[in-house]
Amino acid sequence: MNNFVVLPLLIPLLAGLFMIIFRKNTILQRWLSVISFVLTTLVALYLLRQVFNQGIQIVNLGGWQAPFGIVFVVDMLSALLLVTTGIVSTLCVLYAFNSIGKEREGFYFYPLLQFLIVGVNGSFLTGDIFNLFVCFEVMLLSSYVLLSLGGTKLQLKETIKYVLINTLSSTLFVVAIAYLYAVVGTLNMAHLSVRVAEAGQTGFLTVVAIFFLIVFSLKAALFLYFWLPGAYSAPPPVIAAIFGALLTKVGIYALFRMFTLIFYHQPEITHILLGILAALTMVLGGLGAIAQKDIRYILSYNVIIGVGFIISGLAIFTPKAVIGAVYYLIHDMAMKALLFLLGGAIMTIVGSGKLKEMGGLIRNHPLLGWMFLIATLSLAGIPPLSGFVGKVLIIEEGLAKGGTNASFYWLAALGLFSSFLVLYSLLKIFINGFWGETLLSEDMEKGSTKGLLLPCALLVAIGIFLGVGAEWIYPYIEQAATSMLNPNIYIEAVLGEVI
Amino acid sequence: MKVNNVILQTVTKVATYIILTFAIYLFLAGHHNPGGGFIGGLVIASAVALLVLVYDVKTLKAVFPFDFKILAAVGVLIAVVTGMGSFVFGKPFLSQSFGYFNLPIFGETELATAVIFDVGVALAVLGTALSIIFTISEDISLWKH
Repeated sequence: MNNFVVLPLLIPLLAGLFMIIFRKNTILQRWLSVISFVLTTLVALYLLRQVFNQGIQIVNLGGWQAPFGIVFVVDMLSALLLVTTGIVSTLCVLYAFNSIGKEREGFYFYPLLQFLIVGVNGSFLTGDIFNLFVCFEVMLLSSYVLLSLGGTKLQLKETIKYVLINTLSSTLFVVAIAYLYAVVGTLNMAHLSVRVAEAGQTGFLTVVAIFFLIVFSLKAALFLYFWLPGAYSAPPPVIAAIFGALLTKVGIYALFRMFTLIFYHQPEITHILLGILAALTMVLGGLGAIAQKDIRYILSYNVIIGVGFIISGLAIFTPKAVIGAVYYLIHDMAMKALLFLLGGAIMTIVGSGKLKEMGGLIRNHPLLGWMFLIATLSLAGIPPLSGFVGKVLIIEEGLAKGGTNASFYWLAALGLFSSFLVLYSLLKIFINGFWGETLLSEDMEKGSTKGLLLPCALLVAIGIFLGVGAEWIYPYIEQAATSMLNPNIYIEAVLGEVI
Repeated sequence: MKVNNVILQTVTKVATYIILTFAIYLFLAGHHNPGGGFIGGLVIASAVALLVLVYDVKTLKAVFPFDFKILAAVGVLIAVVTGMGSFVFGKPFLSQSFGYFNLPIFGETELATAVIFDVGVALAVLGTALSIIFTISEDISLWKH
């Protein structure tokens, strides 16, 4: 029993509730936001250390024993994601102070952000699959409002699509849970893992697994990503940054959990399917990214490529590939946030996201230009930066596994190819935006980047740290992968007293 | 056109008390039997909804001059803080406890911390339901004029 486990959910929840009560006081809301996110990060770091030294931490809510009550579990994967979420949300809220505007601040922007993080952290923490659904809903409901907040025409149009598609996938989620419950009679994830292993993952259970695959593919934008580019380009950059960095990643986390903890018995069906979807996602996302001429759309398509690449690590399903996938997941959360925030800064200066309307920004904004270049190189996987380690591990393992099944050669090759597409699409922004003739003199600029560059710089520092300090982070990620590939560790921690 | 709803208003005046009493009954029954904070809060909200239908939004706004969103937030806050009470005693989050006490009028009574949690739930449901009802009715009154 460790009550610290619920704190990453409770701190933002309490902060959000206080903010609703003191709605008019913007200054207080800003302070509370930062305090809440910093506290959450600290608690997450403490949990990370605890999990590293003492193994998986759990708390049985209300004191009810694990398979009967709801249990919150922190294993290394959850702890790493909690820390990353904490850091990213702190920096995004700092960016929001100078970019989100008075109207949105007055209409519950900060509390909604807190509730979004409640849902995200809750999804990472919970050890019960129905509770996972609830946490998804908390996150999605906040995201619906954040997406439509401001009420511009584009936002409302995209919100309707986003709400519809997510309502549909949530319905499928409940249906899938009902199927699973009907077959194995439990909702606790550890218990599900035991029961599915006992029953043997027969054809029917594999069908249920694919049902879950569809649900989480919709949430994570794995192949079923058609809703994403529109939805992520409609809201203000800081909201897009949070969405791009966190929301799809929760879907990816759920895929990781389902296909490492519960449905890992028939990888020749489920994981091959994941691989096919990942490959298609990378290619189609990449083509989308190079075809677009608007920063917002290019960045949105880059989110999709990242999803494909992370899932290809899961599809290869060897220890090193999973390490690579977790590493790349963490890197992607930080770098996608950075990319959207930098894109936001560019759009603030230019006043629009169209590549045609910008040029030569590096003359007046050298820092912004260089940071954008670092983010680009990092996402393309250039060595000392953070993207490299994950890419090298996943592609290496893909090539190694290609010996037994030639289709993995394809996956690895497409992974490399997608890096080129990422590099090309982002360099297009860099070349169009920062090189060439300076179209805007300093007094013609539409807005100032005052206060916007500090959070970006901190994210760049994190990106460099993830790359240079890989040696130092590796043991943590290795532990995460070990516990993902040995479900017994998780099961023993949750159900140890019962079985 | 002036609608004559004297009968409706008279009935409502009595019915509201019955509904509210029933709400309290449901709320307290919830500890061991079907009922509880959620349904209790909804029944209270239905009483207010009836009043809104029979009188009008302006009158009701004058009677309840506060923001229901804050009521909902306070409700959730009560529920969460009750759950966190277990931290002090080193028990898992949301643990409850109860005991039997000899109270002056009621005699031996069971008092449980879960009731405080339920009060929070009831307030949250009440606040949410009423903000929805009032928001929608505001829209309609704008529509007519």
